[in-house]
Order: sequence, then structure tokens, then C-alpha cells
Amino acid sequence: MSDFLSTLVDEFPQVRAGLWVTLQATVLGSLLALLLSFTLGLMAGSKLLLVRGVSRTVVEFFRGTSLYIQLFWLYYAMPQLTGYELTPVVCGVVAFGLNYGAYGSEIVRGAINSVPRAQYEAAVALNMSPFHRMRKVILPQAWVQMIPSFTNLLIQLLKCTPLLWLISAADLMTVVQQIRDRTGETLTAYLTLLAAYFVLAYALTLLMNLLERSAKRRLGLHTGTRSLLRTRSAEAATTAGGAR
Amino acid sequence: MNAFDWDAVGEALPLLLEGFRVTLLATVLGTLVAAVLGLAIAVAGRAPSRLVTVPVKAVMEFIRSTPLLVQLVGAAALFTSVEPLTIGIVVLGVHYATYTSEVYRAGIDGVPKGQWEACRALSLSPRRTWQAVILPQAVRNVLPALGNYAISMFKETPFLAVITVQEMVFEARKYGADHFAYTEAFTLAGLVFLVASYPTSLLMRKLEKRLGH
Repeated sequence: MSDFLSTLVDEFPQVRAGLWVTLQATVLGSLLALLLSFTLGLMAGSKLLLVRGVSRTVVEFFRGTSLYIQLFWLYYAMPQLTGYELTPVVCGVVAFGLNYGAYGSEIVRGAINSVPRAQYEAAVALNMSPFHRMRKVILPQAWVQMIPSFTNLLIQLLKCTPLLWLISAADLMTVVQQIRDRTGETLTAYLTLLAAYFVLAYALTLLMNLLERSAKRRLGLHTGTRSLLRTRSAEAATTAGGAR
Repeated sequence: MNAFDWDAVGEALPLLLEGFRVTLLATVLGTLVAAVLGLAIAVAGRAPSRLVTVPVKAVMEFIRSTPLLVQLVGAAALFTSVEPLTIGIVVLGVHYATYTSEVYRAGIDGVPKGQWEACRALSLSPRRTWQAVILPQAVRNVLPALGNYAISMFKETPFLAVITVQEMVFEARKYGADHFAYTEAFTLAGLVFLVASYPTSLLMRKLEKRLGH
């Protein structure tokens, strides 16, 4: 076994800790992003111009100023400006959440708009309250449409977590690079790192496919088992056009 | 704790704009690589032999689902003799080519089957079929999507600062560290990104509408 791989095995507790940081940032960041996606996405459908305007401004701001800058701003500039300091992982979670929440809100908005108009009308005809209409009729249908796009965003978010290395959080990339520095095996180290992220991305895709299947079931749509194994990045790339 | 220093803004701006030229250069060249390579990959993905298509698809999937930052840092560590900017442009270009190739693929799939059949009936060579019939129709449909990827690449160019390319964010970090003025430097850099990318994305949306997407 090569020097790098044996060191990797020896240092397993450290690698596991790094993996944990990466996963934490991914999961918490995407939960925050999900929350913001729905808040901003639902606000975008409001009747009030002010509410729509606030949503639009927040979304364009966080999409337009690069994620990298947002992260660095939180880590370097905020303590200088306010004297208030966040830990690196919290910085990551907040920056990933805000940035991907802005992208995600477009997904929510688009999916809600794509629910056929007749469904709204039927819910109104049945005298459902706006909340009840959204909760029982519109969202269950829109949710199924959102999942593939959310899967894509989740993978994108995972792919951004190595940025944590730059703000000195001991994530997976940091740990593997430390081992690389000690053994000097550059190629093996980075290939291992890429492979690790690939496995994580695929695992997340499988989980999201399961989620999509259960969401479809609730609408009475059934999908084959094979569709669970497919990856999303390819088809999402073609539909990502408007969401940039 | 200190307040926002406007003098620092005035001082940092020229430096950032200097770096912004490198940012733009990397974006334009990276997009060019992505546009050309993506097309080549899309055409290769339609090759008659599975010996070609399966490995191409596997490699694309791998590059697409792994972080750009790791690819950049890894490439810079392996090819120490190559200039960082060159590495940056190539890695950005290759990474985005895996996205654009899917866009092209969709564009090519969108060309009606009758067009292929007509080419066969006219016994056009494969080269002529692609060049004169399929691609002109496919590429037109994918232009807005390519533009949108150029915008996202633009927003990911700060990654190049990590491999010591002296683009805008590199300058911002340097100014921030030298003068302990991170607030001003990063706020300014963020605003430059916003000012440059927002109008461009509006333009792309207009283009999309005009092409009837």
C-alpha cells in the first residue's frame, strides 16, 4: 500500500472528523437554504408589491454577489465591522444557506407557477382557505417538481464545501491535504479526495431519488426501482439555464 | 471594531479593477474552452461505438460531481511549472464543458429526426451533416444556456485566487490584509460582481424570451 493510503488509514479519526465537518456544513447549509427557498419563493408569489420586491431584491443580491465573497465577508469583514465573530463552520452554513436559498427560491417559484391554473380554481371553488389550498393542493404537486432541481442544488452546495478549507475549518479537504503534505503523494491524495466527494454526491443523489419517489407516491404516481439509481447532474445541467 | 472607511474604498478600487481585468480574461477564455470542448464532448457522446460513449460519459459524470476547488488545487499542485492563470482557465473550461456538453446534447436531441433522415437521403458525409445541418440548428437553441453558464463561471473565478492567480478577489484579500480593511475590500468586490453580473443575466433572460424558450 502506498504511503499516502496507509497514513490515511492510520489517521482515520482525523479523516472522520473532517468528513463530519463537511457533512455538517452540507446538511445544515442545505436546510437553511431550503427554509429560505420556501420563504423567498412564496414571497415572490405575493399579491403585495412590497413583499415581492423584497424577495426579488434579496434573491438578486445573493445570486449576484459571488458565494466566495459572501463567505469571506462573513469570515473576515463581519468581525471587523460589528465585532461579532462566527465560527468557520457557522460562516459556511450561513453563506451556503443564503446563496443557495436565493437560487432555490427560483425553483420554488417556478414549481408553484407550473401547477395547472385549474388546480387553483378548483380549490377556490371548493372554498378552501388560501393556506389550506397551498398546503393540500398546490404544494404537494409543486414539491414533486422541485425535488430534481433541489437535488442539483444540493450537489452544487456539497461541491462548494471545500471552501471551508480557506476559512480554516478542518473539513475533509483540509485533513486530506495535511496528509498529502506529510507524504508528498500529490496525485493519490487529490484523486482520493475527488473520489470521496464523488461518493458523497452519489449517496446524496440516491437519497433525493428516494424522497422523490415517496413524494410521487403521495400523488399516486409510481416509478420503477431503476430510476432510483440515476444521477441528476446531466438532466439538471440542461434545465439550469434560467436558474443562473 | 471600526466603521466603514470610505478612503479605503477609494484606495482599493483601482487595485480591484486591475484585478478585474484578469477576472474577465479568465471568464472569457474559460467560456471559450467550455464552449468548444463541450461541443466536442457532445458530438463524441453520439459516437456509434459504446467504447467511446461509455468512458466519455463516466469521466464527465465524475468531473461534474466533484468540486471545482479540489480540481483546481490538485491541478496546480501537480503541474507546478505551468502558469497558474493557464491552469485556472483550463480547469474552469473543462469543468464547465461537462455542463455545456449536456446543453449541446439537449440542443442536438432537439433537432427533428427528419433532418437526420434528410441528410442520409442526400447522402451527405457525417462531417457535412454535422456542420451544415445539425449544429447550426442545435447551437442557436443553446445560446442562452451557454450565456448563463458564462455568468456562473464569472462568479466562480474567485476560486482562482486560491492558486495565486491575481484576479480581483486576490487583490481584495491582499488589500484587506495589508490595510486591515477586509470590510471595504470585500464589500467593494461583491458590488463589482453584482454590477457586472446582474445586467448580463437580465440580457440573457431577454435573449431567452426572444428565442422562444
